[in-house]
Amino acid sequence: MYDGNKIIIGLVIFGLLIISPILYNTIGKASVPPEPDINTPEINKMIEKKCVEPKSFMRANHMQILNDWRDEVVRVGKTRTYVNGEGKEFNMSLQNTCMKCHSNKKNFCDKCHTYMAVKPYCWDCHIAPKEKTT
Amino acid sequence: MSMDRRQFLKIAGLTTIAGVGGPAVVAGMKERLLEASELVDVPGRSGALTAQRWGMVVDMSRFRTEADRQKVIDACHHIHNVPDFGNPKDEIKWIWPETYEHAFPGREDEYMPHALKEMPFLVLCNHCANPPCVRVCPTKATFKRKDGIVMMDMHRCIGCRFCMAACPFGARSFNWRDPRGKDAQGRPFIRKDNPEYPTRTIGVVEKCTFCTERLAKGLQPACAEASNGGLVFGDLEDENSNIRNKLRNHFTIRRKTELGTSPSVYYVIGGTEHV
Repeated sequence: MYDGNKIIIGLVIFGLLIISPILYNTIGKASVPPEPDINTPEINKMIEKKCVEPKSFMRANHMQILNDWRDEVVRVGKTRTYVNGEGKEFNMSLQNTCMKCHSNKKNFCDKCHTYMAVKPYCWDCHIAPKEKTT
Repeated sequence: MSMDRRQFLKIAGLTTIAGVGGPAVVAGMKERLLEASELVDVPGRSGALTAQRWGMVVDMSRFRTEADRQKVIDACHHIHNVPDFGNPKDEIKWIWPETYEHAFPGREDEYMPHALKEMPFLVLCNHCANPPCVRVCPTKATFKRKDGIVMMDMHRCIGCRFCMAACPFGARSFNWRDPRGKDAQGRPFIRKDNPEYPTRTIGVVEKCTFCTERLAKGLQPACAEASNGGLVFGDLEDENSNIRNKLRNHFTIRRKTELGTSPSVYYVIGGTEHV
């Protein structure tokens, strides 16, 4: 190999550059995953703090539920009633069900969405609740 | 790096297997994910109003004054967060007054009563049985529900305005401006928003939906509720319904029936003296 040393040094520099974001995040300050805040007057009032479905499920699949609700409400539109795993009924509505309890969009929705750099367009049309964090 | 034929075939074979296996794995995961959010249809449990084909009768004898009409328009426009852009070019309207000759072109006669010619008829989306707007929509953002309502799915509307060109009644309005914005004086276009209902965004088409959100709750449309009997809403297919009763007892006309869209909104012009 001609100029082997130079090439190897170049490769090392290149490799470091490529993995620099990972190095920055692991060696540098540890990035703390956000914890969505459920500290709202409505949730604090609840005896049993339960969402529509279990927390772990909601955390992973809330977007699917919202999508299903949207299709059901807008396109199927029979009863607009969601029955969860425990047999409890809910009105399928982002503004009137989800956000009635989670009346802290900034500390709940936005916290993770900003961290994950996802930009759902819900709030282009749906009216966000007045921020209520206790 | 050189690769012999044998290696190439091995890699190609492996990726093929992965390619075949991939979709099956994804589908399986999806099924499990969707398990808990399955949609359960509970007929009648929520007390929703249902019909074969919703329709409306506008009884003009009950809309004698400006206040009668405005009350109905305000009720609708307030609960649906309809913006008021303050100029007719950008105007958004779900239900609005229109003179006889504009509402029923071709039906005006030379010597008809002047009062009738000038009478502001309340017009709205006709929820046609054969809606041209639905036929032209390229994204199925507007569609006909089983109960006859021509519905809008704002999530799918791309703002092409084909539906506006297709609708012979001008029942559709386009959001040329951001409905959440403010005018030059700093006054918001939606004067007082209803937090229970979404707004729209710039670049979508909107219109009357016969208050599907209220029907789901077992309520009459907002306009019918505010109209004090001037707007009769009901099931056109049910011969015992109040709307069929109204249609039996009054002479009614519909807008532009010659176009074959078969509107579901009927007009009683003068009240009982014209029966």
